[in-house]
Order: sequence, then structure tokens, then C-alpha cells
Amino acid sequence: MSTPTPSTGPILITGADLLGRGRADLLLRDGVIAEVGEGIDAPDARVLDATGLVALPGLVDVHTHLREPGREDTETIASGARAAAAGGYTAVMAMPNTTPVTDSASDADWVYLKGLQAPHADVFPVGAVTKDLAGTELAELGLMARSRAGVRMFSDDGHCVHDPVLMRRALEYVTAFGGVIAQHAQDPQLAPRASCCDEGPWSGRLGLPGWPAVAEESIIGRDIMLTKLTGSRLHVCHVSTAGSVELIRRAKADGLDVTAEVTPHHLALTVDLLESYDSAYKVNPPLRTPDDVEALRAGLADGTIDVVGTDHAPHGLHDKQHDFTVAAFGMLGLETALSVVSTYLVQPGRMTWADVAQAMSVRPAAIAGLTGHGRPLAPGEPANITLVDPTREITVDREATQSRSRNQPWHGRTLTGAVVTTILRGTPTLLDGRVVDLGAAPDTIEVPA
Amino acid sequence: MHLPHLIGIEGLDREQITTLLDTAEEMSHVQERELKKLPALRGRTIVNMFFEDSTRTKMSFDLAAKRLSADTMAFSGKGSSTSKGESLRDTMLTVAAMGVDGFVIRHSASGAPKLAMDWTGLPVVNAGDGMHEHPTQALLDAFAMRRRLGNLEGRHVAIVGDLFHSRVVRSNLICLRELGADVTLVAPATLLPTGVRDWPGAAGVTVTDDLDAVLPHVDALMMLRVQRERMSGGFFPSEADYVAGWGLTRERLRRLPDHAVVAHPGPMNRGLEIAPEAADAARSLILDQVAAGVSVRMAVLFHVFAGEGSRS
Repeated sequence: MSTPTPSTGPILITGADLLGRGRADLLLRDGVIAEVGEGIDAPDARVLDATGLVALPGLVDVHTHLREPGREDTETIASGARAAAAGGYTAVMAMPNTTPVTDSASDADWVYLKGLQAPHADVFPVGAVTKDLAGTELAELGLMARSRAGVRMFSDDGHCVHDPVLMRRALEYVTAFGGVIAQHAQDPQLAPRASCCDEGPWSGRLGLPGWPAVAEESIIGRDIMLTKLTGSRLHVCHVSTAGSVELIRRAKADGLDVTAEVTPHHLALTVDLLESYDSAYKVNPPLRTPDDVEALRAGLADGTIDVVGTDHAPHGLHDKQHDFTVAAFGMLGLETALSVVSTYLVQPGRMTWADVAQAMSVRPAAIAGLTGHGRPLAPGEPANITLVDPTREITVDREATQSRSRNQPWHGRTLTGAVVTTILRGTPTLLDGRVVDLGAAPDTIEVPA
Repeated sequence: MHLPHLIGIEGLDREQITTLLDTAEEMSHVQERELKKLPALRGRTIVNMFFEDSTRTKMSFDLAAKRLSADTMAFSGKGSSTSKGESLRDTMLTVAAMGVDGFVIRHSASGAPKLAMDWTGLPVVNAGDGMHEHPTQALLDAFAMRRRLGNLEGRHVAIVGDLFHSRVVRSNLICLRELGADVTLVAPATLLPTGVRDWPGAAGVTVTDDLDAVLPHVDALMMLRVQRERMSGGFFPSEADYVAGWGLTRERLRRLPDHAVVAHPGPMNRGLEIAPEAADAARSLILDQVAAGVSVRMAVLFHVFAGEGSRS
């Protein structure tokens, strides 16, 4: 899978701290890392002084919502790719809950081809598990896998594959082509659609419909058993409770092929924020308790939770400016994810930058089946690189975004650690904090935002 | 005392609650006069925004405002349960742009009055929001009980019924605890409010499913409405099953201490949570509560809208 990106000349990154393990220069030539070492001499190369910066393999997001096709007023594949670049990402997995749903080979190819035209990041489609996300019949999983897009990751995200027989069949079927089912774990009866607040003292006090932890944990428990039965691969989306972390820890100890993801917001924001009834904090699954946040941080730090997935979910103002129960679920995430992980896990010494590389690049690429991302910073590897200033403080401004939406829960908050430069196959997509103009993606529908 | 708004009982202290009840006492004397009107809110325009049906609360607020000489307007409409159609925000901004002084809001969504206040910058009195709060109901309950029982310090109030879906219980619990009363919540586990022991202001509350054990020890029994539709959600198996455990039956009425009063915010399901004999008994506070409603709402509107700074 390669995207034609505008060719730039060779780049020499000097003095970068590779994964926080030691300083070296990186020479990038023809889209690959040509040389790694000290004092590299390359007179023809443009020099990027990375003194004081940490170099990571380009970040990979397994969980992104771009709104194209269908809601181009809130995000397009091109704008989402720019937001990705701004956040240090070189590849994102686009969830299928668009209009139409990505549930056939032609839909998957449409997203894939559209992604090829977005120069700021590689965009790959996630296929739906069931037709139209309706949870009743399997989507054409095999044809999507055999399409140009080569889909390997399938999810009904936003909806749970609740029918246990259908979930079993999906897990079984994708073993034929090494696919993975990414489950949105939410029992639709224990936590129906209206559920919007962690069930507990806060839901009671605020009078908001409760979303109990057991609605997530019971599905994860069941799916772990189905994974054991089928010998298949399960990926658990946006794990939000301490109990879920424990279930996944045990599944891994049992040797099952179960991976899990946590969102940046679930690593730091808590249910008490709902006291404002501000719909910026409405997300599914909901913000949980400080105990859950602690368990999620511990789980990410010890590898129980494999990856950080942003669940970047753009929404228009008019979808959010409602009372809390009616407003849309979801938060932006691509541009702030690295800073959140830096602030809450790296700064306190719970994760190293090498751990971050695992959780935000290497493992996500492996789960999604991307061979050209999440690679070591070594000669011959694709020149996908993210440079991070680990001490820079940023105050998040929802207006300063590449996204077409503004539903930014971190607005006004100060975070430590910022992406400075993103390089995709040797081409800078973000340089010194500015998204590089790579020309408009051709054939993009321009809908007024 | 000036209140910038009344979104909930949560956040009010004992002194503020007592002042509101004392003002309500004065307002009740006004209602005994031949001329029942005070000029306190002359020239102020208060809009009753009722996005959910509630004839009695709406009438009570309307009468209270008129008795304080406020100009009132009424808005009725269904609160949208989807994001389609005009949003609550647009509705509120539209009415605010007419140059009104503030709102009384009833809405099916918890938090709607608070958001309306944030959006318009105008004072809001919450007339009941979703499963959140119903502060004037709690104040009128306390007012009616205080009249019959005197100071509520150390008095024992049991609240019985569907505490899970009730906005009244949240306001009442905090109000009664603030006034020094002991509160016991009585319901089957399916109808208990979530995490109630950890609510602010709820410290020391007792929670039980045993109504019969509580009955002989109460000064006031507050029966909350139990909607028959809850059966389909599995909250209880049948009316008979519910009544057997938690209904205020004739037999249970007899086991109350002589001085104990029975309250119900209405509308009642006679024969379900409360037997007709209990509703109509001399110890029943039910009509006192309705009368108290007007006085209490006059007091609330007075403290929110009268005097300097009511628009600041």
C-alpha cells in the first residue's frame, strides 16, 4: 500500500533522540530512511535540527471517524488527514459509520482511493462487520478483504455486534484472511442508546441516564470466550472501565489473541465534568471515574491495553448545541492525543517514549495489518517519522484546528509535550508545528463547513 | 437575600433555605388578604417555558408571578427528544431576545434549565428537569411539613416509592438534610437512586427496602408516584406485588405514630402507592402542599427577580 506523495529532496534530521534512547542523525532519501548514525554528512539534504526533540515512528490511529462520505460539512478524508498530520499521525484507520456505510468492496475502495488523494496521511478503511451496521447480517467481509483496500480490520463501531451467533460467525469468517473484529462493547439492553453518563453517584445526582460498566464488561467477557472458541482475533475498542482492563489482562494471560485500545480522553477526563451538562463531554462510552482512569493508565503502561486509539469523532456545532441527552456523542482527538499521553503517562514516568512508540505506532500498525507503518527507525524502513518536543507546553484552542469541527474537550487546557514535525515517506506533512501545504487533494467535495 | 437563579436545592445552604421558607410564610399571609397582590415584581417579565406537560406546576408558577405583579408569558411545546427541529438553544435565545427578565423552565432533559441560563445569561428558576431536580417542590414539601410539625431539625422523614426516576427525591433529600431532618429512603432495589449515599448533601441518609420497619418511627411519610408503565421495564412485577411491599395501605396507615403526617407531590395513583384512606386522612398534607406551592413560588420569584442586581 503506497500513496504517491509529492517528492521532496533528501532530509537530514540532526540530533534527534530516537525513541528517547539516544541521539542520532537520520538521513531520509527517496521516501525511506537511508542512514542512521552520528555526524551524517549529506550536503544535498535539507537539514532539520531536532536537538531536544524525540523521534518516533509516525503515529498510527486504529480508530478515526472521518465523515466522508455523507457529512463532509464536519470532516472530509482530506481534512481528517490534515488533522492527523497535525497530531503526528502518518496513518489512520477510518471507521465505517459513514453514509453510506463502508460495508462492501466498492465502498471500501472508494474510501481507499479517496485516501490516496489525501496527501497528509495514509487513510485506510475499516470495514463494517454487519450490513449497514444493522447487526443482523454479515457484511461482505471477504470481498472487502480482497478489494484494493485490502481490508483486514472490521468494526460496527458506534454499535455493538450484540448477537452472539453473529459475533461468533464474524470471528470465524475473518480467520480465512487474517482479519480482526474490533468490537464496540456495549450491551444494548444494559446500556441503551439514551445512556450517556457513567452509572454511579454522578448519573444519579445529575439525573442522566446511566451507562453501567457491566454493559461493557459483559460483552468483553463474552467476546473473549468466543475468541477462545474460534481461535480468532479480537480487538476491543475504547476500553473504559477498570473491570474491562482486568478481563483483557486475564485473556492475554490465557494466551488469546485479544488486543485493546484506550482513548486519550478516557485516560484523563472524568465523569464529574458532566456537572456542567456541557455536551463537549458527551462521548460513548462515557467518561468514567478516577478509579477507572487509573486502571486504564496502569493497563496502558503495562501493555494490557495495546494501543491508544483516538476515536476522533467530529461533529457540527448544531449537532452538539443541545441539551445533554440529545446532543451527539463524540470528541475530536487526533491533534491532541500525543500531548495527552505525554502529559499523563510520559511526564509522570509511567511510560517511556519507546513505550509510546509501541502504543501509538508499532502495535496499532500491527493490529490494523499495515506493513508500511509502525516500523523501526532503521535504514531501509519507510521514512515515517514524528518529532516531539517533550517539554513544550501547549494550551489547546478549539479554533486552532485542521478539523472541520470544533468539538474539542481539551479546549483551554494546558498539556505538556507537543508534536513538532510529521514526515510521511520522506515528505514533511507538519513542519515546526505548521501543516505543510501539499496542494488541495484533487476531487474533494468542497462542502461549506 | 438575592438568589441569582434556582437551578437546584444543591448548592443552597440552610440559611438560604430557611429564608425562602420564611418569605413563603409571609407570602401565604398575603394570600389570606382580600387583595392578594404585591407590587414587588411590577414591570418585570417572566416567561414560563414548559417543554413538558405539567398543568398544576405551570398554574402555580403563573399565579405566583401574577400575585407579585409580574408580567407573565407562557410557552408550551414539546421538548425535542432528537436533535431535529428547533434546538432548545435557539428557542431560548429567541425568547430572550424579546427582552424578558428571566425564565421558569420545565424540561424532560436533566440539565436543560442550567444550559438555558448559560446560553441566555438570564436568571432561571427550575420547574423540574428530567430526573435531576425539582427545587420548588422540595421547598413546598418542607414548608408544608414545617407548618404541621414545627422545626424539622431531628425530625424523621421517610421518602417511599419510585426514587430512581424521581426528580423530587433529589431536591427533597438535600433540602431535608440541610434543614437537619433525618431521612430514610425506602424502595425496592430496582427503584433506588444510583449512588445516593455519595451525593453531596446526602451524608447520613438511611436506605432500606423495609417499609414496615420504618413506619413506627417516622414523623412524616412522603409517598412518591409510581408510574404503572414502569412494570414493563421490569422495575416491579405487578401492582399487587408493589403494594404488598411499598404501598401505603390502610393497615400501614394505622401503624403510623399519631402525630405523623403523610405527603405526596401528586398526581397520585390511588390504590397503588397510596390508599384512598391515606390520601384523604386528616394527617394528609396533600392539599396543604398545593396551597404551599403558590406561596413558595412567590418567595422564590421574589428572591430571584426582585431588587437590585436581578439582571446582573
